[in-house]
Amino acid sequence: MSLLEVNALRVRLRGPDGPVEAVRGVSFSLDRGQTMGLVGESGCGKSMTALALLGLLPEGGLLHGSVRFEGRELTQLSDRELCRLRGNRIAMVFQEPMTALNPLHSIGRQIAEPLCLHRGLSSEAARGVAGELLHRVGMPDARARLDAYPHQLSGGQRQRALIAMALACEPDLLIADEPTTALDVTIQAQILELIVDLVHERGMALILISHDLGVIAETVERVAVMYAGRIVEMGPVATVFGRLAHPYSRGLFAAIPRIGGGRSGGGRGRLAAIPGRVPDLAALPTGCAFADRCGHAQPVCRLAEPPPLAVGPEHWAACGRLDAVLASDG
Amino acid sequence: MSEILLEARDLARHYRLPRTSLFHPSPVVRAVDGVSFELLRGRSFGIVGESGCGKSTLARLVMALEPPSAGSVRLLGCDLTRLPAGELRRLRSQFQMVFQDPFGSLDPRHTIGRAVGEPLSLLGDADGAARAERVAEALAAVGLSPADRAKYPHEFSGGQRQRIAIARALITRPALIVADEPVSALDVSVRAQVLNLMQDLQDRNGLTYLFISHDLAVVEYVCDEVAVMYLGRIVERGPTQAVFRRPAHPYSRALLDAVPRPEPGRRRRRRQLAGQVGSATERPAGCAFAPRCPLAEPRCRTQAPALRPLDEGRFAACHFAEAMLAG
Ligand SMILES: Nc1ncnc2c1ncn2[C@@H]1O[C@H](COP(=O)(O)OP(=O)(O)O)[C@@H](O)[C@H]1O
Ligand SMILES: Nc1ncnc2c1ncn2[C@@H]1O[C@H](COP(=O)(O)OP(=O)(O)O)[C@@H](O)[C@H]1O
Ligand SMILES: [Mg+2]
Ligand SMILES: [Mg+2]
Repeated sequence: MSLLEVNALRVRLRGPDGPVEAVRGVSFSLDRGQTMGLVGESGCGKSMTALALLGLLPEGGLLHGSVRFEGRELTQLSDRELCRLRGNRIAMVFQEPMTALNPLHSIGRQIAEPLCLHRGLSSEAARGVAGELLHRVGMPDARARLDAYPHQLSGGQRQRALIAMALACEPDLLIADEPTTALDVTIQAQILELIVDLVHERGMALILISHDLGVIAETVERVAVMYAGRIVEMGPVATVFGRLAHPYSRGLFAAIPRIGGGRSGGGRGRLAAIPGRVPDLAALPTGCAFADRCGHAQPVCRLAEPPPLAVGPEHWAACGRLDAVLASDG
Repeated sequence: MSEILLEARDLARHYRLPRTSLFHPSPVVRAVDGVSFELLRGRSFGIVGESGCGKSTLARLVMALEPPSAGSVRLLGCDLTRLPAGELRRLRSQFQMVFQDPFGSLDPRHTIGRAVGEPLSLLGDADGAARAERVAEALAAVGLSPADRAKYPHEFSGGQRQRIAIARALITRPALIVADEPVSALDVSVRAQVLNLMQDLQDRNGLTYLFISHDLAVVEYVCDEVAVMYLGRIVERGPTQAVFRRPAHPYSRALLDAVPRPEPGRRRRRRQLAGQVGSATERPAGCAFAPRCPLAEPRCRTQAPALRPLDEGRFAACHFAEAMLAG
């Protein structure tokens, strides 16, 4: 039994023009100590997948499928039981720490609170642990900072405080949704390093969400590429980045300029942009959602959603033209 | 060698902050602190650095949107900082700006046609019919259709809105476009479309770009030359390829090292820059980067290194620049 087993997860949200299929059949499993990345462009359903795992869908959201945590079906739990799980066994770190932190309370108090609540520590003991946690996440002058308010910290320091909060109850699963997107690269490097160290140190499982292929490639062991609410390709990072299979993953990869890549074509090259734009989730075409933008698409692609096909060991892609795509490498 | 379009000399912009104590003078932020560079016509000049290093302030100075505390900006021979208001307004047709946020920079109540034509109205150029023609021309240049002029901003995606912002900058047929993080809010696939568009417009119209970004890979792709800023100063400047391949300043190297790269088999664990950017209000006596610098020696904390010429048209402000290039 895996720590987390997600099966055929679907999320339907109320949109302005009718229902929006934000997540459309996502399945994966994760064990303690394993790290996995969700990557894709904005609106592809990364955050909704994460929120669905925690039972935190927006008002009017509907969830189908199964989410098992240590064998327990989370979709059947009451709000009360879910609440106990969140912040205790499963913790989440968001992109914008300012919205996740309470501006009116010192960060020491915010880190200590779940310790009192979930682990029954006295407020004095909790404050001691909070100081240790802040120190562990690399907060300069940790103990003095216990009494600081969020607005007195830099963006990187706030993210450290939020990670300390997430760690307080020693969760088994950490979900980090774009934790470094608002930060400078140098601070991003420090925070990612910290998250990876903590995950290894404490044997947690990690789901890291990012739109940045580089962040995913360097931080996690396994990657899932999402497009329009589905995972279109998944596998070990080294394998996937070594041999991208889905035309969308390939398109994403080709569209990013790279350091050391220079200007392709001796100065006046062009980036390989993916034509068109992301489809409207309220009016998806039948068949493969990427077909309209795909250079390999054939009429068959528009008939039915392509099933996952094996590319290599533990590496699959949901592409009906997989053979042709892989053969096009020559 | 191409013509110098714009020359910034010893530019500085200091902001006085509210007094925090009765017994101390009010603190001063040295947002830009003695910056010089030239923009060559038809080329792209990049500015990189962590947030707060002064990139946007520098852009506002170049755009003559605020006066510098010291220094000058000469465009086509005119010192923008000393030009009478009327002449400055006329000269504005020559330099236009594109901002990061395609959502915030368009008024939701105005049609696209009105937004794009606005710079012409401000200049008092072109009458109704001529203006409509120029709007259509600008929209076509960025790949939008003439029918789009009657639509409102909310009917467009982020990438399309950034195209509209570019059309608005193009409409006065400027020589220079100052772009402050123009693609930072865009998704990967859309970003590539907008970068390609900017490149095509440069090829076609000989535009000059001052291109500000915190994304080093984008800057390498777009820019012929780059300046790396730290706490209001340029610490290294030169041809982008040279700087990015073999940085001469430890800060440039640290920035480049920190960029995560999507290469198979690449793992983390590398030289990491400790700490965070210091404060621009308390500039230490020596090098501002010394507190974070892996190479810092005692003299770095007392003697501020000047920006000095090295090989390949490159300048760096580090006592160890030669050693950096040799190592
Ligand atoms: N509160 C909401 N109500 C309705 N639709 C939403 C809501 N939040 C997000 N969506 C839609 O759900 C889809 C997935 O969003 P999200 O998971 O936030 O994407 P990502 O995190 O990958 O950027 C998007 O198309 C978005 O427009
Ligand atoms: N109007 C202002 N008043 C006071 N301080 C300012 C003002 N504008 C910018 N600053 C400060 O100047 C420094 C440089 O800011 P900015 O130019 O926006 O940097 P960047 O664009 O590189 O992030 C920062 O410390 C910022 O807080
Ligand atoms: Mg998201
Ligand atoms: Mg800025």
